[in-house]
Amino acid sequence: MLAQFLQFLLSGLTVGAIYALVALGFTLIFNASNVINFAQGEFVMLGGMLAAYFLRSGLPMPVALALAVLVPAAVGVLMEKLTIEPVKNADVLTLIIITLGVSMIIRGAIQIWLGKGTYSIPAFSGDTAIPVLGAMIATQSLWVLGLTAVAVLALWYFFNRTLTGKAMLATSFNRVASELVGINTNWVLCMSFALSAALGALGGILITPITLTTFDVGIMLGLKGFVAAVLGGMGNGLGAVIGGLLVGLIEAFTAGYISSAYKDAVPFVLILLILFFMPRGLLGAKVTDRV
Amino acid sequence: MNLLEVSNLSISFGGVKAVQDVSFSVPAGTIYSVIGPNGAGKTTLFNLITGIYTPDHGAIRLQGENIVGKAPNQLAALGMARTFQNLQICSNMSAIENVMVGAHLRLNRNLVKAALRFPSIRRRDLELREEAAQLMRFVGLERFLDSDADSMPYGALKRLEIARALAMQPRVVFLDEPAAGLNPRETEEVAQLVRRVAESGVTVVLVEHDMKMVMALSDRILVMEYGRKLTEGTAEEVRTNPDVIAAYLGGHA
Amino acid sequence: MNRSARIGLSIVLAVLLVLPFVVTNSFYLDLIIRMQINAIIVLGLNLLVGFAGQISLGHAGFVGIGAFASAILPTHFGWSPLAALVAGAVFTGILALIVARPILKLKGQYLAMATLGLGIIINIVLRNESQYTGGPDGMPVPTLEAFGLSITSDWQWYWLLTAMLVFSLWASLNLIDSPFGRALRALHGSEIAAKVTGVDVVRYKVVIFVLSAACASIMGSITAHYIGFITPSVSDFPHSIELLTMVVVGGMASVFGSLVGAVLLTGLPQALASFDGWETLVFGAILVGCMIFMPKGLVPTLAAKFRKQG
Repeated sequence: MLAQFLQFLLSGLTVGAIYALVALGFTLIFNASNVINFAQGEFVMLGGMLAAYFLRSGLPMPVALALAVLVPAAVGVLMEKLTIEPVKNADVLTLIIITLGVSMIIRGAIQIWLGKGTYSIPAFSGDTAIPVLGAMIATQSLWVLGLTAVAVLALWYFFNRTLTGKAMLATSFNRVASELVGINTNWVLCMSFALSAALGALGGILITPITLTTFDVGIMLGLKGFVAAVLGGMGNGLGAVIGGLLVGLIEAFTAGYISSAYKDAVPFVLILLILFFMPRGLLGAKVTDRV
Repeated sequence: MNLLEVSNLSISFGGVKAVQDVSFSVPAGTIYSVIGPNGAGKTTLFNLITGIYTPDHGAIRLQGENIVGKAPNQLAALGMARTFQNLQICSNMSAIENVMVGAHLRLNRNLVKAALRFPSIRRRDLELREEAAQLMRFVGLERFLDSDADSMPYGALKRLEIARALAMQPRVVFLDEPAAGLNPRETEEVAQLVRRVAESGVTVVLVEHDMKMVMALSDRILVMEYGRKLTEGTAEEVRTNPDVIAAYLGGHA
Repeated sequence: MNRSARIGLSIVLAVLLVLPFVVTNSFYLDLIIRMQINAIIVLGLNLLVGFAGQISLGHAGFVGIGAFASAILPTHFGWSPLAALVAGAVFTGILALIVARPILKLKGQYLAMATLGLGIIINIVLRNESQYTGGPDGMPVPTLEAFGLSITSDWQWYWLLTAMLVFSLWASLNLIDSPFGRALRALHGSEIAAKVTGVDVVRYKVVIFVLSAACASIMGSITAHYIGFITPSVSDFPHSIELLTMVVVGGMASVFGSLVGAVLLTGLPQALASFDGWETLVFGAILVGCMIFMPKGLVPTLAAKFRKQG
């Protein structure tokens, strides 16, 4: 009983950590530009797929993994420069459609280049599992939780203790005021996309040893991470992390105790419930319109 | 007979007391102006009365009926129309269609009959188009009868909003800074338009900064400062009130 | 309806009447029928997205409900196809109402999220309940029969759909130029202006959302009967995006744009059929390119250029 519970708890936290990374990516871009980036999931896919590709091509693991984070970050910057900047003041629908389009371009391109096959990368410290109170913890899970925690802490430090990070935060609160004090808000937007893509890619790399990767994992991962961001309160970083872990846990427990066939439906039922009863999410802020 | 009675109206945003304990009455058929320095709470007052905000305290009575808490579209049904300081024009529609929207509540809005092109709906629509054209002429926009809203200059759009408000056949119209951003000649034209509106039987409540226009047009004036009512009276009374002069009229009177 | 709309409608009618004499190949006939079906769905979606300015990222879900209602109710429960079609539309309408009412009070992005979630849930349910739906492999659909007539040959389908399409175009054009239609467009132009002129904004958004969903459901039923077989992929997320692309490319807030978008983009997957990833990539590129360079869509942009020269 306890062992089963622990097993579900652990798998929930593991996948939840990935959702948290994706959700943080959404939050970053939303704060910088009010855009909901539907291409976020594709950065996650790029992380895993590129890591697998670079490893297959013979590159040493550290190099392959580093590239698998940097290349998506570059793609993120490209996306911002080519598709978001030209239409910066467009309305919500336009921006949503553009990010959807970009996600399709990335997905299609990978499908053409790398095909529809499934790929994997080896777990960072082998496939051993550690027994804990009857449950088996894969060492990769520990990597996922550990590295996610490191990433979250690094982000916290960056935004709260460094000048650059504070500048980015300032831009999200008041763009005009930030420009007036000399902050290059275009650069901030660019950095947000790069960071967000890097976070997503990291998530993709971390989870691939456990769940494998293929050209269309991005759709579901992106959407679920998005649900996590909304659950936590769109625009709130801590909320994104909490939301991610919560979505992962609810999904795992539903799969374990209720029905595994409907596991994938859980985050979407969640989002409908959130929107019905708690649209601001757990930690989100209210916005009033000035007439 | 008082068309509008406001008593002890208050609202705070966070810690800011935007409107504090304001009371006044607007007699029917008059031109009533609300003036005050920037930040005095005039537009907030407008937004409270027209249902955009809900007050924390106080009562608002329109011809005796309490209207606090009613939504803007309900207030429209009670004969209240307004224009906006920062323009709220439907730039996806033509000029005349913007005016026709004003007549919304007076029409048969049935979806099925419209889709099936019932003759009664078609006929009424043609009548409405003529009515809207008349209103555009009334406000001086003959030149723009066939224009799209997104191709009209700022001053013309301000009048378009007035035409749209009049299309509602309202009892009272709230004009939020109708002369803002206009040059002196345009301001004079708007002043004459406001007078024509009042003469047609509609009560006018006005927020305005242009003192010449306010003094010339208004039957009564409410002066606000820091969210409170400073004083109220006729143009002459307000002009000579030492508190008002001290507050901001300076040498304009 | 103004003169250019009348002319446009006459041209469409003329083309549809002449087409049977020109088209001899059954492959092209099938393509044209699919274009007609998509055109009607896109018309309904455009009323919601283009005219009323709302978002739906899960419209294929509604198509799926209609399609499977027409498959399941006659097959497993012995309902008549017509009753199944109506039931599908009613069920979709109620579902849309339940979801839309609370969400439409919030800002636009929230409807996007809600419709996204709804569409995916519908897709997952259709894939999982294989007992009724045949699972991911789908199930056969009985013939469409009503009032003693059964629609079996492709030409019968063509004429049925021509009638439906022309009616839909005509009704949409009427609707836009009516008090209801103006209120809808006003709430897209300025919600606050619409409110103060008396428009019950939330109610209008709900009505158009339900109408557009029911339309999708009906066309889903038609699709199911036409193909004779249906799989849950008809309700998946990529299909929702395809429909949205047709609206966007053809022209938001343009009745004839919906027709153009449907015609152009129904043909595209056929042309790219053997190039798997290319279809996704090209659709994505079209979406992005359109929104950056031609945000109003093909028909309105061309119409504006025409007006400037004329």
